[in-house]
Amino acid sequence: MSNTTQLLRFITAGSVDDGKSTLIGRLLHDSKSIFEDQLSAISKASEKRGMAAVDLSLLTDGLQAEREQGITIDVAYRYFATPKRKFIIGDTPGHEQYTRNMVTAASTANLVVILIDARKGVLVQTRRHTYLASLVGVPHIVLAVNKMDMVDYSEARFNEICAEYRAFAAQLNLHDITCIPLSALVGDMVVERGEQLKWYQGPTLMEKLESVAIDHDVNTTSFRYPVQWVCRPQTEEYHDFRGFMGRIEAGEVAVGDEITVLPSGRSSKVKEIVTYDGKLQRAYAPQSVALTLEDEIDISRGDMFVSSNVLPQVAKEFEAMLCWLSEAPLDKNRKYLVKHTTRTVKSLFSRLEYRVDVNTLEHHSVEKLNMNDIARVAMKVQQPLVFDSYAIDRATGSFIVIDEATNNTVAAGMIA
Amino acid sequence: MSSHTFTHLDALESESIHIMREVAAECKNPALLFSGGKDSIVMLRLAEKAFRPAKFPFPLVHIDTEHNFPEVIATRDKLAADLGERLIVRSLEDSIKRGTIIIKDLDKPRNPYQSVTLLETIAEFGFDACMGGARRDEEKARAKERIFSFRDEFGQWDPKSQRPELWDLYNTRVHNGENIRVFPISNWTEMDIWQYIGREKLHIPSIYYAHEREVIRRGNSVIPVSHLVQPKPREKVEVMSVRFRTVGDMTCTAPVESTARNVQEIIEETSTTRITERGATRMDDQTSDASMELRKKEGYF
Repeated sequence: MSNTTQLLRFITAGSVDDGKSTLIGRLLHDSKSIFEDQLSAISKASEKRGMAAVDLSLLTDGLQAEREQGITIDVAYRYFATPKRKFIIGDTPGHEQYTRNMVTAASTANLVVILIDARKGVLVQTRRHTYLASLVGVPHIVLAVNKMDMVDYSEARFNEICAEYRAFAAQLNLHDITCIPLSALVGDMVVERGEQLKWYQGPTLMEKLESVAIDHDVNTTSFRYPVQWVCRPQTEEYHDFRGFMGRIEAGEVAVGDEITVLPSGRSSKVKEIVTYDGKLQRAYAPQSVALTLEDEIDISRGDMFVSSNVLPQVAKEFEAMLCWLSEAPLDKNRKYLVKHTTRTVKSLFSRLEYRVDVNTLEHHSVEKLNMNDIARVAMKVQQPLVFDSYAIDRATGSFIVIDEATNNTVAAGMIA
Repeated sequence: MSSHTFTHLDALESESIHIMREVAAECKNPALLFSGGKDSIVMLRLAEKAFRPAKFPFPLVHIDTEHNFPEVIATRDKLAADLGERLIVRSLEDSIKRGTIIIKDLDKPRNPYQSVTLLETIAEFGFDACMGGARRDEEKARAKERIFSFRDEFGQWDPKSQRPELWDLYNTRVHNGENIRVFPISNWTEMDIWQYIGREKLHIPSIYYAHEREVIRRGNSVIPVSHLVQPKPREKVEVMSVRFRTVGDMTCTAPVESTARNVQEIIEETSTTRITERGATRMDDQTSDASMELRKKEGYF
């Protein structure tokens, strides 16, 4: 790995029966990312549980309760690297809290690997995983048709599964789909091509992970810059310095660009782009920088600098898709906090439009929201938010809902 | 981004800066835990990138076990002074004198007791957020911890009821008396740290580089001889070329055999090693399968 490798975040969706842990184990093992002491620790643990072979799933089960009960509680993050890329895997369990965990892990992912057992084909859970990936806007999907060794490496079976899956995914407006036949157990088409799938000409899973283009996953057209922190050193050298610090969430900015500050609507020009490593002429998403402006405008955290050409929406009312995460159900009579970009405001749920059955994608009328429910809602906020539709920009279209009484994060929202 | 290459180090750096600025903006009284070890030295550079040309909007805090390597403490003091930032040091000895830590053998590893002094320091200054340089690749309990990790009044971590963490919208809210531990370099690996030290030309304690040292072999471990660790009868003192992959309590931090005398050579060794960082060097993590998880539940960062 050199200093010019890129970072790819991906998640795997599928149950233990589909060979998810085996697949992750295979990726780590064949890319030489499992260490000897880890292998010896899980060998010991497997033996203690009376298992004949080393259970690679123990690698990802981190907590004592999980190891004792043989279950996975929560999202775990694993890291590995090849000479081409560094990878972060969000590993989510496939139990009853699945929706909540998958939405959480998918929120930062560039790619999702959806696992299918070649013998079983497209199942209800495959549809659920795919719907959630589309809901959270994961840009790239890999359909890993696993256990090809159990169907005699049949090309016809693979094509049949892919055709069915593509037809389903098209309904969800998903287009970047790569179908790969593989056997995680044997190792075919994971890192090595193997000998049994000569009819398949596409990339191995690892080749796909190493080559998928991620530069354009962020919105590159319109500049979006939520102000995080105002830097006022008040030293002699920097007496009048007012740097507006933040991370470029979309697009790019150059010295001299005209920007609009929202929600106030005042305009100015970018005077300097300041970083610790020196001043820049131009900066791009997702760089963290500090901007100074030509004019003195009253600006604080929660304001957003945007390109004056393409303005986002500024509103106190909007509709959103919501995933309810908390064990305590939604109480429509209460106010909740909404954290959106760098702004936190009070909010009310004015209407619950419908609930989505994640298995059938059918809409149902809805009176209350429980954990793992996904629903379309109408919301009202006390102060205006500056936002884009989530489909256009994940960063300016997403929010979390916080219960002020418990301070828990109770829901994740995606603005329609 | 067409004409601009954004590398994995750029991505990690920008994420960490974003996290530190969220802490500064949303927490009332944050602190940055700084030990003089390599990860916390990276944290310091990230804080410079996040807040310069201003001063840090938080003090640096070190919980000193008094079992630290002298080179590390010297680096700690020098870096804090060079940056002109405020460094608060609280020692386990203070807690021992107060009677809140009772130790039978003063020379035994002290990491388990660090939590006590840390919690006392948090109470003394009223910190509501402590940033630490822990990484998820270090240990399997850490792999499941959030970047913003909520702790109750007793400093305890409850792994089963963690707040969901989505996108980079961090929930920083706490009630009085509770606090948050924040890990801005959660997503960095040991390799990333070394590449960043190389790229930024960071000054780190000399014991991270290969040097000749007197050691004793005990079981599978190589233990450095110091005023705290003396050979027992019939134990043989050897001189070996070693370096430290982590630096902690002198009595339980083992060096690895190495000839890597600069960052590039360490990167080469790191890319071919077959043993994890803590597996090779931390005897305190090996007492049980869940040592780290148990310590974190008690308030360890």
